This record gives sequence, C-alpha cells and structure tokens, in this order.
Amino acid sequence: MKKSIRIGAGLGFYGDAWEPVLASIERGAVQYIASDHLAELTLAILQKDLQRDASLGYARDVVPMLLRLWPAMAQHKVRFVCNAGGLNPAGAAAAIQAAFSIKGWSARVAVVTGDEVLQRVFDLAPAHMFNGGDFETVRERMVFANAYLGARPIVSALEQGADIVITGRVADAALFLGPLVHEFKWKLGDEGAATPQDLNRLAQGLAVGHLLECSGQGSGGNFGSLQAWKAIPDLAHIGYPIAEVSEDGSAVIMKAPGTGGRINFDTVRQQLLYEVHNPNEYFSPDVVLDMSTIHLEDMGQDRVRMTGATGKARTDQLKVVAGYRDGFKAEVTWGFSWPDAYDKALAAVEMVKTQLADKHVPHEALFVEFPGLNSAHGALAPLPDAQALADLNEVWVRMVLRTRDKKAADGFGRLFPWMGLSGPAYTCGFHGLHNTSELLGIWPALIDRTLVEPQTQVEILQT
Amino acid sequence: MTTTGVQKIQLAKLAHARSGDKADWVDFGLFAWNPAGYAVLAREVTAQAVQAHFQPWLPGRVECWTLPNILAVKLVLHDALQGGGARNLRLDNLGKSMAAALLRMQISVSDDELKQCLNTPRVGWWGDET
Repeated sequence: MKKSIRIGAGLGFYGDAWEPVLASIERGAVQYIASDHLAELTLAILQKDLQRDASLGYARDVVPMLLRLWPAMAQHKVRFVCNAGGLNPAGAAAAIQAAFSIKGWSARVAVVTGDEVLQRVFDLAPAHMFNGGDFETVRERMVFANAYLGARPIVSALEQGADIVITGRVADAALFLGPLVHEFKWKLGDEGAATPQDLNRLAQGLAVGHLLECSGQGSGGNFGSLQAWKAIPDLAHIGYPIAEVSEDGSAVIMKAPGTGGRINFDTVRQQLLYEVHNPNEYFSPDVVLDMSTIHLEDMGQDRVRMTGATGKARTDQLKVVAGYRDGFKAEVTWGFSWPDAYDKALAAVEMVKTQLADKHVPHEALFVEFPGLNSAHGALAPLPDAQALADLNEVWVRMVLRTRDKKAADGFGRLFPWMGLSGPAYTCGFHGLHNTSELLGIWPALIDRTLVEPQTQVEILQT
Repeated sequence: MTTTGVQKIQLAKLAHARSGDKADWVDFGLFAWNPAGYAVLAREVTAQAVQAHFQPWLPGRVECWTLPNILAVKLVLHDALQGGGARNLRLDNLGKSMAAALLRMQISVSDDELKQCLNTPRVGWWGDET
C-alpha cells in the first residue's frame, strides 16, 4: 500500500483559535500540524513588541496554544511546525522551553533562523518589487526586512528529530511542504529537483499548503456568497482542513469527524485562489506552481481530491518583506441621530476641515467614510435616495487623519469635544480622543537566494 | 427560430467570490456554481468590464485570468488599498469585503442562459438529500 501522510492546519493568523486544531489531533489522525502565525502585517506588529522588549518579537499565542495542545500531540505523536518565531524565533523557543519546564514536559524544539536581512537590504537598496520605487525614499525609515525562506530548514529540523519547529519568516505554504518533503524524501531545488515528477509533486505539496495555511478559510469559513454560506453547518465548531497526501503528491482535503464547516468543491477552490496573483505562476521559494492544471474532485461527505498541479523550477531569488515607518493616523467615530442625521454628519466634517485649515495642522489626508452606509464598498455602495437619506435613523461618521507629524495625530481627537456643545445636535458615541497609531509601509523586494540561504541555521533545544 | 431577451443581473446571482490583499492590490477569486455559469463569467467578467465597474471608486488597472478546470476567474485590482493594508485608512483596510463589491457588478445574460445557469445543479457537495 502506498504511503500517505496526514497534515492538519494550525492557526491561520496571530490570534486565531486553536480548539479546532485539538479536534484534528484527537480525531483527525494527523501526523503533523503546521501553523501560520504571520501575515504580511504581523511582522510590523511584532517589530513594535521587539522595540519595547528585546525578549519579544514573536507571536506570543504559540505558548498558550502549545500548553493546550501538547499533551494530545505527545499522546498521538503529532509533530508541530510553525512560523510563530516572527522576528525572534529564539525568543519564542525560550518562552516555550520555560513554559514546558514548569509543566515538566519534554520536547525537542528546533529553531530556524536566517531570514532576517535588514543589513543586506541596506547594502543592496533594492527597488520596490511592484512599482519600481527608489529605496532611498524609505531607507531612513526602514524598520525590518525578512526573506521568505523555503522548506529546506524545516526538513533539516525534522531530520534532526524535532517535535516542534519554530521558524521566523518562512513562506506560509512551506510550513506544510517541509513535512511532506521530509516524509517522502522528495527532492528540493537545492538537490536539483528538475524532472516533471520532482517539480509536480512539489507543486502539489505547495498547493496543499496553500489550501491549509488559512485554517477555517479552507473548510467553509469566510465563504463569500449570496445565501449559500447559510448552508454551511456549525461554524462555531468548525474543523480546520486536513490533507491526506500520497507519495506522488495527490491529496484528499478533509476535516476531523464531528466538526462543523464544509469541505467541498466550492469552499476548497475559494481558498485555492486566495491571495494569488497570476494563478499560472504562483511563486514560492521551492517551486513555481501552475494552478490552472489542478483538478478538484468533490468526493462528497466533506472530502475533495486534488490532483494535477504542475510546477516549474524555483527561481534564483527570494522575496523579501520589509517595513518602513510611514507616518501616523488618528481616527474618530461619531454618531448623529434623526432628524437630518446625514446632513449633520457632513456639517461636522466641514467643521473639522475648517479647524485643520485654521490651525494649519500638517496632514497628508483626511479620510472620511460612513460606517453602515459606505465603509465597505465606497462609491460602489448605492446611498439611499434623497428622502430616505434625510430620514435615516442614525448616521455614523468615521474621520481619519494621516500625517507625518505625531503631534498633529495626537491632537486630532481634541478637535472634537467642544463640538458636543457647539456643533450639530443629537450626537452620541464619540470615540477616539486619544488613539494615534503608527502606519507602516511595506516594501516588497527580491534578493538573491545565495545571499540568504547560507546564513540559515537550525538549532535544537531540549526542554 | 425563437429569440430570447437579454437581461442585466447582478454577478452575485451566478457566482461566489473571495478577496484578499497583497501590497497595494486586491485579488479576487470568482467562481461559477456550474459550467453553464462559467461560460457566462468567462465572457462577461473581463478585465475591462471589472475595471469599469470599480472605476467610480477605485480606478486602478485590472488583470484577469480564467481557470476552466475549476470554473473560476481570477482578477487583480491594482492601486486598491491606499498604498497597502498597513497604511490604508479605510475600515476595510485589507479589502476583505471587496469581493462583495465585485458581486454587485451587473452582467448581461440571455433568458436561456440564465435559466440554464440556475437550473443546472451545483458541482459541489452541499449535504445529502434528506
């Protein structure tokens, strides 16, 4: 009989729920869980933590998550791979080690480092990958830069017997590809993966990772549709997707018995194309995936078989995600009741604009939207006709100032309280007196993999 | 030969969709429920038509790919997030609800096509008949 491996989805972002992961471990017969804690923006959040405290800078939810899941993982011999290390994988491992030692639990923890490339980026001054922008315009404000690593260091960690693998910025899908490469001894690019068989099974593995990396979004969660979403059962007890992958790369997507959600042709393909640009060329550090050849066969009963992904050889470059400070925002939300709610909200906006001009408040933009009317779809959301608009029960307005000047942001909320007595009538729910936050710009770039991969390290700790 | 009328309908009647973000673009996966619906999507939901739909709000360039194997159209709208999710001032800074804005788009179908789209069963398994 052909060997197959079951790998289950962990978290889909920093802050996601882990009870569904427990169901996959206890009832889903998985051998691996791979957990994605890092979105493009997460590193920006972690950077702020790290600036405050040098022991932080990792996705802190990994510690309570493992405290909850480890007994079941140990019992069912499930190995765990995650990128919760963020900007400080060693810090994450130290926190796990400390928590496990209190419990008296023993585990082999691998720490993957080497994705941090800020100094390299300063030296190379790479253009913006999409708009060709000049690095010098952001050099002074750059705060972090990390390359997306591939599956190799995860494979190395598993070969060294790691029970838990903690990485920093690794391509999300590589968290899943790593265990498959390890189990099936698939050839990676650094070993000269070149035949259609080599590349196509890596492509299948990558597609599996892509289907699982967003947790419940791969099993019926966030299913965007008119009415159809209502037919998805028991989202409150959703089962995260599990892939049973065969040695040739073919896979069946499923979930643990007794869980909610739905795995079918529709929910799986919504996830397949999620956050993909050109589907014929989905780049990753390990293989370039062509999704157009993928076949999804709905087997019924929450099972979908995926075959047919094709791959091309990896490129010589890795993607870098870098972040730079990009000024500040301060936002205010305020409610106005009938009568003339909409007109009064507009009048309040005008009073704010007047103050910004009178006081010469430096700013790049004052953004205005009306939650409940048009904040989701802007000008594509049809407003009620004039009479209905005038008769609305209430209108909320949200005003956001973008400025390079922190003092201007800090003072924005102060433009409002006096209007409670001296502005339009029947208001409530003012919110935002003090809420400056820093904005970050993302600087995507490419870097030669030869400048990054030699510095990649895998360190093993025993708890 | 009988002639059938042509009507404008909202994309939401024939398709489901999810959006996501990357840098300053929003990407959309748009999915027909069955092959009849896919034929309509592939014809009506062109880069040009989607660009015209978003134009009053976000007039960025649109790219489009078709994936007949999974009855899907992939779209990318550029310059959609005020420079990127981490600096976008909108409540929906990541464009997660923007797939619904796409589903608001009006497309043209003949009466026969519409009948076929709505009467052909879905490909996906949506639970056993009771």
